[in-house]
Amino acid sequence: MKVVVCVKQIPDPADPGELDPDSKTLRRDVKLILDESDSYGVEMALQLVDTAGEGEVHLVSMVPNNEVSGLRTALAMGAAGASLISDECLAGSDALGTAKVLAKAIAAQEPDLVLTATESSDGYTGTVPVQIAELLGLPSVTFAKEIEIDGSTAKVKRQTEAGYDDVECPLPAVVSVTAGVVEPRYPSFKGIMAAKNKPVEELTVEALGIDAGEVGWAGSRQDIVEITAAPVREAGEIIEDEGDAHERIVAFLDELKVL
Amino acid sequence: MGYPRQPSVFLDEEHDAFRDMVASFVEREVRPHADDWEAAGQCSRELYTKAGAAGLLGLRYDPDLGGSGLDFLATAVLAEELAKGDSIGTAVSLMAQSEFSLAILADEAGDELKQRWMVPAIAGELIGGIGVSEPGAGSDVAAITTRARRDGDEYVISGQKTFISNGTRADFLTLAVRTGEHGPNGISVVVFPTDTPGFVVGRRLDKLGARASDTGELFFDDCRIPVGNLVGEEGQGLRYILSHFGGERLVIASFAVGIMERLIELGLDYAAERETFGSKLLGFQTWRHRFAEMATKCEATRLLSHQAARLLSDNHPAGDLAVSMAKLHAAEAVQFVAAEVLQLHGGFGQMEESPIPRYYRDVAGFSIGAGTSEIMRELIARSLIKPRP
Repeated sequence: MKVVVCVKQIPDPADPGELDPDSKTLRRDVKLILDESDSYGVEMALQLVDTAGEGEVHLVSMVPNNEVSGLRTALAMGAAGASLISDECLAGSDALGTAKVLAKAIAAQEPDLVLTATESSDGYTGTVPVQIAELLGLPSVTFAKEIEIDGSTAKVKRQTEAGYDDVECPLPAVVSVTAGVVEPRYPSFKGIMAAKNKPVEELTVEALGIDAGEVGWAGSRQDIVEITAAPVREAGEIIEDEGDAHERIVAFLDELKVL
Repeated sequence: MGYPRQPSVFLDEEHDAFRDMVASFVEREVRPHADDWEAAGQCSRELYTKAGAAGLLGLRYDPDLGGSGLDFLATAVLAEELAKGDSIGTAVSLMAQSEFSLAILADEAGDELKQRWMVPAIAGELIGGIGVSEPGAGSDVAAITTRARRDGDEYVISGQKTFISNGTRADFLTLAVRTGEHGPNGISVVVFPTDTPGFVVGRRLDKLGARASDTGELFFDDCRIPVGNLVGEEGQGLRYILSHFGGERLVIASFAVGIMERLIELGLDYAAERETFGSKLLGFQTWRHRFAEMATKCEATRLLSHQAARLLSDNHPAGDLAVSMAKLHAAEAVQFVAAEVLQLHGGFGQMEESPIPRYYRDVAGFSIGAGTSEIMRELIARSLIKPRP
């Protein structure tokens, strides 16, 4: 069984990010790390291959430069190899442009299953997984908390607000994995050493048969018109307990419609 | 903001990736539980299995036993990062297993003992400790009196050990016993399973620092173990123990480096916010210069310890001297930094809700455990001062 996992390399959220005033996007000329939300898909894929007793996990990622440090983390966890679409013309890609590039690279791998995160931790569009499925003409299941492979069928527990739905679909399929549903393994030193020698195939947009005008700033159909700083967090309300604190807290929560 | 660590000429990018992994392990698996484990007097048993799964318990050991076959530099990086979890006792608990109790077995034990004890210990399924110190024998290892009397195919062990890390719940001990005459030539090392009848844990010792490391007082009353549990040769125990102190001392020096990084980081964050007399603390030259001094001590300690790690890995004859210098310097440097950062925090630094007083207590033992600073000085002096004709 071949499972392809889409992984994104993002600026470390622990370091304060900076917006580029010209492009109005996050500056990415810093060290990139594996998006934590993708580590769940990698773990899920490794577990599925373990359960199947055969097969491999292959990563697909795109960057405007040839950064691989985030990919190496996922390779150190146990993925067998990676395709990295690295091309300057990818800078400024919107969600659809990203999906087009990833879909082409995924198709070349002829996978049995494609896993993604539900959304990236820097862009947050949450639309790329379904766009990939549409472009590849594959079934799409979102917000998976458990996946079981039964022959040529994927049985997915799909997380909902009330609990979960049992969903089945034929393979291959594109499934997005909810963050936190598995515990991603730590890459061991042995894994880190092994990752150094695992194949990372670098591809250009042209090699994938995509016109450079369809991706990056040129192909982006969204325009970031304006960015503003997030409002400064205001002080909360302190409720002194004069015997009725519980009632006032309930009323407050009621007002927020969280009860 | 993180501590702006100097790049080490001894490390490569794999060490850096490993450091990132351990830092993330500490952030997720250690620091959130530090307060609970400090209060409980021990870390969770589950932490050993998690550390085992992440490959943290057998870095230097044979891959056939589940280890990673790496050298002491990886151990140094591991110890530096584990020390930043705001619970040095937890770091001690893990390293007492991986470095202290297993190192002698890795080099001296036969295959059967390695398979029986090292494999599950490296996987984190068993907890080990090293049993050397006794009420009357600390630095003076040759003075131990716990006796192992040969009776047919068994050793019958009687005596007492104290200050044993992981002692109250270890599944096995790498135990120093007296099998022969008084003095340095009568000592042997055995693997002692703690479910042996006659073995009693006295009490968990209440310590100044490293409070999440369970430290025990142990009693042996005619405990019978198979002679097959002998590690290496009879009578060679003292040599085995002394020749493996290097790893333990490197771990302490590396803990000190990690703690200094963490304390300087906490100090810089505090000084950037705290205002007195209309100015941030970071604006006062007195504190700017004291930070400069702290960082210099931290980096000097790292250089000494990485140098020692390199020499120990190469079995270089200067390894023991280098690690003695690293440990001596580390203890003094970290105690200086802990006192400075405590001073910086003023009244807040006295509060148990901050990790500062905990670190202050934890580092007090750094000039004592794994060889006191006095012993380190003596070892260094011996290499400097040779008998003159």
